[in-house]
Amino acid sequence: MNSNNNILVKLNNAGFRQSEKWLVEGVSLTIEKGKIVTLIGPNGSGKSTTAKIALGIYKNIEGSVEKYTTKVGYVPQKISIDWTLPIRVYDFMLLTETIEDSAIDEALSLTGVIHLKNKNLGSLSGGEFQRVLIARAISKKPELLVLDEPVQGVDYTGEIALYELIKKISDTLNCGILLISHDLHMVMTATDHVICLNGHVCCSGSPLDVAKNNEYKALFGEKASQILTTYEHKHDHVHSDKGEIKKN
Amino acid sequence: MFDDFFIRALFAGIGIAFVTGPLGCFVVWRRLSYFGDTLAHSALLGVTMAYTLDLNIAISVFLISSIIALLLIQLQKRTNLPGDALLGLLAHSSLAVGLVVIGFLTFIRFDIMGLLFGDILAVTTDDLFVIWTGGALILIVLKLIWKPLLASTVNYELAEAEGLNPDRAKAIFTILMAAVIAISIKMVGLLLITGMLIIPAAMARNISDSPQKMVLFSIIGGLLSVILGLYSSLEFNTSSGPSIIAAALILFILSLFKIKQSIKLKN
Repeated sequence: MNSNNNILVKLNNAGFRQSEKWLVEGVSLTIEKGKIVTLIGPNGSGKSTTAKIALGIYKNIEGSVEKYTTKVGYVPQKISIDWTLPIRVYDFMLLTETIEDSAIDEALSLTGVIHLKNKNLGSLSGGEFQRVLIARAISKKPELLVLDEPVQGVDYTGEIALYELIKKISDTLNCGILLISHDLHMVMTATDHVICLNGHVCCSGSPLDVAKNNEYKALFGEKASQILTTYEHKHDHVHSDKGEIKKN
Repeated sequence: MFDDFFIRALFAGIGIAFVTGPLGCFVVWRRLSYFGDTLAHSALLGVTMAYTLDLNIAISVFLISSIIALLLIQLQKRTNLPGDALLGLLAHSSLAVGLVVIGFLTFIRFDIMGLLFGDILAVTTDDLFVIWTGGALILIVLKLIWKPLLASTVNYELAEAEGLNPDRAKAIFTILMAAVIAISIKMVGLLLITGMLIIPAAMARNISDSPQKMVLFSIIGGLLSVILGLYSSLEFNTSSGPSIIAAALILFILSLFKIKQSIKLKN
């Protein structure tokens, strides 16, 4: 079946219906090793649903999902920790897989929250918790990383650093990433493939192709399109300066 | 050594506390206390079945409780009633049916109080065997499903996405609940089993900062409750179940002081 062994997950015309309402339908996408695929689209357009289809959380789907890996790291969009369960950051890191202490420390250091290792999960701020979620997902060295708005609530400088980290992880671990993001700058700089959703795939392709697409303009407005196309110029500039982001 | 009824009761209680400690933590974390109650109420039906068909009480209670648990899952899928209404329906109707059946069994003398609140005199050497082997099996299975069960308690979708099969863990846990009720019914009584599950776990929550510690303290709390409760039951000639639960309550109240301290420290 798997002619190209770089493929991690493949959705064929997949869709999910909940009580007679289609949350998303007709999505085809492929996630390969070392590649970042980004889903963009307005609220309720089926981004998280698509991610959950790819992860196999939704079972009764239309179409099909082919999954060629079991080493998965997932950062869900919403997660609430019940106060009845006493759990420290350290325990949370070990939640789905047994990992060596050194790997835990490394992941927490990368996302800048090593000092919170023995804190109770319930006492963290929103941004701190997101950093822990990302650390947990990457510490198990997954082949497939699914990140559903991973930097929500993170401060601006932290956001840039985390996106750089995500890009770096995709390169060093050679893992495939499915990213859901509202940050169009991020989409432009790091993504290999963009899929614009609105209950169905409205357009897809390289970031620049999508930015020029008329359906994308209708969905996000002319201004968003300008952000992406002008960013292409900034992107070149940043590159020649070897990562001096602040200077653009 | 097991000739003395009190020694038998003590060993039975200790065996039960080792099992209700960890299971009780999951009951608290997953908000299953009313579910535990429902299974316990249905145990009366199991006891009557044991008498009429001449079966082992623990096995018969285990079977009936498992059936009730399966019935609940089916009703949840097929009706639009909320979970607590379904639990109430099953709990009280199975208790009522059990009592009605007892009414028909005029040829057997039932110790209703013993069934409801536990009776330490009733613990036999056979019961000890059932408690310790059954308890060991329950703990081994719980150890095997610990990771998926804990992960899905924190977040179901995370566990499912990362391949831990939370549905299977949940189904197995339901069976473990039926099993723990089956082995502890004689000792604690069907009205108070949920107390044995919840109160030591609640006490442990007040003094723990990790899941493992909470399980450990919950076991210790359960053991202390059994020992204190049984000695006072002997001393004051009270039923064993209420005495154990009352001892657990005292430990819970003591644990509240620990919370107060930690709040003071934070301020």
